[in-house]
Amino acid sequence: MQLTSMIDVVFLLLIFFVMTFKIAAQEGDFSVKMPLQDAGGQPLEPDVDLPIKIRLKADVNGNLADIVVNDNQSFGQDFAKLRSFILQMTPGGVEGPTEDQGPEVELDLDYQLRYEYVIAAITSVTGYRQGDEIIRLVDRIKFAPPRKAP
Amino acid sequence: MSRRKKIDTKPAEGDMTAMIDMVFQLIAFFMVLINFSQDDQNAKITLPQSELAKPSEGPSEFPIVIHLDRDARVYMGANEGTVDSIRPLLGTEVAVLRSNKKEAKDGNIIIRAHREAAGGKVQDLIAKCQEMGFEKFALRVKEEENN
Repeated sequence: MQLTSMIDVVFLLLIFFVMTFKIAAQEGDFSVKMPLQDAGGQPLEPDVDLPIKIRLKADVNGNLADIVVNDNQSFGQDFAKLRSFILQMTPGGVEGPTEDQGPEVELDLDYQLRYEYVIAAITSVTGYRQGDEIIRLVDRIKFAPPRKAP
Repeated sequence: MSRRKKIDTKPAEGDMTAMIDMVFQLIAFFMVLINFSQDDQNAKITLPQSELAKPSEGPSEFPIVIHLDRDARVYMGANEGTVDSIRPLLGTEVAVLRSNKKEAKDGNIIIRAHREAAGGKVQDLIAKCQEMGFEKFALRVKEEENN
């Protein structure tokens, strides 16, 4: 049986797939609660409980300068301390809080702060990994009204 | 009269079965893993990393992917613009949603922003989307490499 042509085509296919193959890192999403606001900057449906306010200060280059919680506790640039603080505020668990339960976190950031620090802060308050399991802490995250560009 | 020995003139063939089996398995492997979708890809974007990156359990309904690079350029599909000029592009998406008997609030905005983009720009982008009636946002991140 003449197999030459079939093997040629099969190898061409194989080369095509090998060349176009790309190992992509796994991606995931963080959901952010962004209620519509009225002209005065207040949410249309105000929450009863006050959120934990996390202020992220940036230097002129957009690097993180300081993390301040509730206007009175400074954690420097240490996201581990921020996570420990959140851990004290919530029991956490694999199931985690639902969208309507648990504390709410409001992120207030300087305009020029690099996005990777914003994600690091969201990661710290959302939960942490224990082996293959993700322990969830806070599921309700929102942004404060944006500050003006410098 | 001498008898001439009959010689087999057919070319000798090795057994190809094992090799062909292997090659077909390789092709099947690559075919299953290949992803032709370009919606979620943009070479200009390096996503921030997070240890909690985990793909969502199911595909989100009416996803609208917006890319934001480090220079605050916005990419939506084949279109490119700035945060301030994104309104018409979002308007097109709202029209598509309405043609499916949905509203803007039913759409899911997936923001793929560069790790070095200004956080304020991401907030501006979210604010523009809110002005068009969008309410659900997802910030896309990449799995941390040391995981």
